[in-house]
Amino acid sequence: MTKPTTPMRREWLLLGIIVLLALAVGARAPVFLTWRNALDIGNDSAILAILVMGQMLVLLTRGVDLSVASNLALTGMLCALAAKAWPALPLPVLVLMACAIGAGLGFVNGFLIMRFQLPAIVVTLGTMSAYRGAIFVASGGAWVNDHQVHPAIKGLPRDTLLGLPMLIWCAAAVVVLALVLLRWRREGRELYALGGNPSAALYAGIPVSRRLVMAYTLCGALAGLAGLLWVGRYSIAFTELASGYELTVIAACVIGGVSIGGGVGTVSGAVLGVLFIGVINGALPVIQVSPFWQQAIAGAVILVSVVLNARADRHRGRQILERPAAALQGASA
Amino acid sequence: MKALDTWERVLLALIVAVYVGFGTGIDGFLSPYAVADSTYNVSEKALIALAMALLVVAGEIDLSIAATMALASLAMGFAMKAGAPLPVMLAVAAATGAACGALNGWLVTRWKLPSIVVTIGTLSLYRGLAQVVLGDQAITGYPETLSTWGNGSVGDVIGVPWLIVPIEFAVLLVAALAVGLFLHRTVHGRRLYAIGANPVASRFSGIAVDRYRFGLFVFAGLMAALAAVLLTGRIGSTRPNLAMGWELDAVTIVILGGVAIEGGRGSIVGTVLAAVLLGSFTFALGMLNVSGIVMSMIVGALLIGAMVLPRGVRHLRTRFA
Repeated sequence: MTKPTTPMRREWLLLGIIVLLALAVGARAPVFLTWRNALDIGNDSAILAILVMGQMLVLLTRGVDLSVASNLALTGMLCALAAKAWPALPLPVLVLMACAIGAGLGFVNGFLIMRFQLPAIVVTLGTMSAYRGAIFVASGGAWVNDHQVHPAIKGLPRDTLLGLPMLIWCAAAVVVLALVLLRWRREGRELYALGGNPSAALYAGIPVSRRLVMAYTLCGALAGLAGLLWVGRYSIAFTELASGYELTVIAACVIGGVSIGGGVGTVSGAVLGVLFIGVINGALPVIQVSPFWQQAIAGAVILVSVVLNARADRHRGRQILERPAAALQGASA
Repeated sequence: MKALDTWERVLLALIVAVYVGFGTGIDGFLSPYAVADSTYNVSEKALIALAMALLVVAGEIDLSIAATMALASLAMGFAMKAGAPLPVMLAVAAATGAACGALNGWLVTRWKLPSIVVTIGTLSLYRGLAQVVLGDQAITGYPETLSTWGNGSVGDVIGVPWLIVPIEFAVLLVAALAVGLFLHRTVHGRRLYAIGANPVASRFSGIAVDRYRFGLFVFAGLMAALAAVLLTGRIGSTRPNLAMGWELDAVTIVILGGVAIEGGRGSIVGTVLAAVLLGSFTFALGMLNVSGIVMSMIVGALLIGAMVLPRGVRHLRTRFA
């Protein structure tokens, strides 16, 4: 757990940068500062926000889940296929199904990591390709096209409630739940303790293995939900869906100040990280920069923010003799 | 060391099983030409896996290595377009690879950052730069010599037609020998194990830990450049998605080869055997018309199995001992 001052200042700084960025782009292209564009950015960021909340739980435990994008695509494909085969399935069942499939896939990650004491990065690297291949096996390589996607799935992200699309409401609900979990629930606080010092957490009587599996299962469930929403929003499902998106998710976490070394990070910071990426991606086409720049900018931003984080850590005098490879070892360290 | 030997024997047995099993099942799988063919795809991956093995032994990782290949190939392409002769093109590729590796190394050593975060960032940065520069274009028209290096066999070059060992595989063998001797027969190699096992203790015992780390990242960049030259020559073009996702294949080879991801353990023999195993296995699946994405699924499952198996065996052994 961290002293509250530094992360707070960091979040205000990030918020300031986002506002300045939006104003600067708005000065060049006033269309950027309209309500409509804000809604667009919100819509684009909503799925990312859901994924980031899940990834953050895993990062807090000193782990990482590289399989989220494959999980998202596999769950999305399975839901699309199920809805195509049985058009009578009501929406709540589909949502439950998405969360359950995603949670199952996440549980596999958590179980392998906990039971065999394996490093998270390698396990999720393996399940990342395994889940991706499973999509091909499930769909036979075929696409589920616009007219084949069930209207209920397509409708879900588009319906509006109180003037805001459901997609944004879903993301807001997930963020609030994550906030409650990490701030007021014992299970959430135990994640911080576990990431801060796994052996101390064990001695303090925290059920370390159960919390680890919980983090990966929740991350998987959120990825599954995001998969259903993704298929609905873009009304298409195919094998390469959201390929490489796990890097964007991790980037948003790192920019938001969630430490990859575990135990450090706030929900508000992570949401700001998502907004930052959303504003950048929304701004590039508006100021007529080639969208090919997106990835390069995301990479540069990750590097700058981890360097800034490292300096902040040094000021607080932490990590004096900590192994830099500690992040690699997962929670077994 | 004993356990490592056992693992390498397992790998060897698996390779034999693949050749015997698929050899009896698929016509022509055991013909010398097919065996030579099966090494092409894996040779380039094994080259970057060698550098990755050194990094992992020293407790680091480089996920940007495939993106570095794309940038090195790109730089070589631009050098060619500017009218540079072949040696200059190669030098440009090597310099680009070394520069990419040096940036990784600088960020890791100067700012004390975990290499996984740094190289996820540079993966995005390097791949993104390749996309910015090339867009949806490709660079083609490479000289004939490059194509020979990528596609030719050693026999063609030295005038012995029956020697059909591909040049790429010969390069891999030479590189593996050099890296293996470095890791297992020099004091520098022993120091890499020490750094991987305990970097703090290594520093206190007088090893210039950061200098070794930096050197390893630069070496990874150079190996990426070498692999990029061979790959570009073989396929004859540079695209921004060149070698996309190969960093995962390289990590898979290293882990399958018995190198411990937490550092301090592993051998080059294991890495090369794992590369050959993966190469022959995927080649056999290819002959059976299994699609690439299913292959990567099987490789992913193999990666997890390779880690679970030894731990499961150890678990059983302690239970029944």
